[in-house]
Amino acid sequence: MQKRLRIGVLYSRVRVEEKWIFGAMEKRGIDYERLDDRAIFFDLDNPAPWRAFDAVLERSISYMSGLYALRMLNAFGVPTVNTAAVAEICGDKLATSAMLARAGVPQPRNLAAFSPESALEAIETFGYPVVLKPVVGSWGRLLAKINDRDAAEAVLEHKATLGSVQHSIFYIQEYIAKPGRDIRAIVIGDRVLTAMYRKSEHWITNTARGGEGELCPITPEIEDLCLRAAAAVGGGVLAVDLIEHPERGYLVNEINHTMEFHTMQPVSGIDIADEIVAYVMGVAQDKMKLG
Amino acid sequence: MNTVVCPECEAQITLEAGTEVGEIIVCPDCGVDLEVTALNPAAVELAPMEQEDWGE
Repeated sequence: MQKRLRIGVLYSRVRVEEKWIFGAMEKRGIDYERLDDRAIFFDLDNPAPWRAFDAVLERSISYMSGLYALRMLNAFGVPTVNTAAVAEICGDKLATSAMLARAGVPQPRNLAAFSPESALEAIETFGYPVVLKPVVGSWGRLLAKINDRDAAEAVLEHKATLGSVQHSIFYIQEYIAKPGRDIRAIVIGDRVLTAMYRKSEHWITNTARGGEGELCPITPEIEDLCLRAAAAVGGGVLAVDLIEHPERGYLVNEINHTMEFHTMQPVSGIDIADEIVAYVMGVAQDKMKLG
Repeated sequence: MNTVVCPECEAQITLEAGTEVGEIIVCPDCGVDLEVTALNPAAVELAPMEQEDWGE
């Protein structure tokens, strides 16, 4: 008889997404364990308790906790969704941009610099406005639209003085006057599951910041771009954010590796949580086959 | 009973059916975020403040 697969779900908070994921696990009768990232610890000389899992789904809210957990699990040989390599890239916007650039995936123009002086020099090659983004961060926090040199000098100095060392990695993006909306697409494995417009009058269109959701038809162009973007960062369960440039068409803006989908699941009518669970089971089965 | 007292404002809060440990609820009186830490009997604590690397 085939061994029953055992799945771990690493999480920080039971958001509605985690509730749906747990629900999908239970509905499928899967043997799974909830792993609160604040309650667990790893003994690097004793991987056995972790190797009991055929796959672990990572849903931590803390990027760093999730990333290090994935690194240790992968070092133990435990398959994870997503992999540590994917989390490393997707959790860092500059790393994501670098991988998209390598793969030739269309994206906004980006600059990077390591001192306020060189960042200012870089910004002036673009002209204003530009957007300054923290390399790590989410939900649209600490994004700054810089309209002129005075603002650039002030924000760069603030970031260098008040921020953690990571804020001195200056990640500069061209400002794109998008049509009051962006697109989020869910990619699982080699499929684009669904896509949604996120509308907002504010220049930051993020449903965590009050953007509204509406279904977006998956055209062949969107599908191709999302699959190329997902492949560029290593693939898995991903949310690809696209913006529509008035002349250059669709550009990949960000890729999230532990995405929220509390708006997308009801808007699309697709059981995204169950699709994620099915993908995790596939990863666990692949491991069994490989022994 | 799944009733808890808000540690911030002492309001009586009744947890909805299907509430899970680890879930965040908002106190209807003072609006503070509370984390459900136990059920049967129910208990809540002030939810941790948002950290810089939190997100999706």
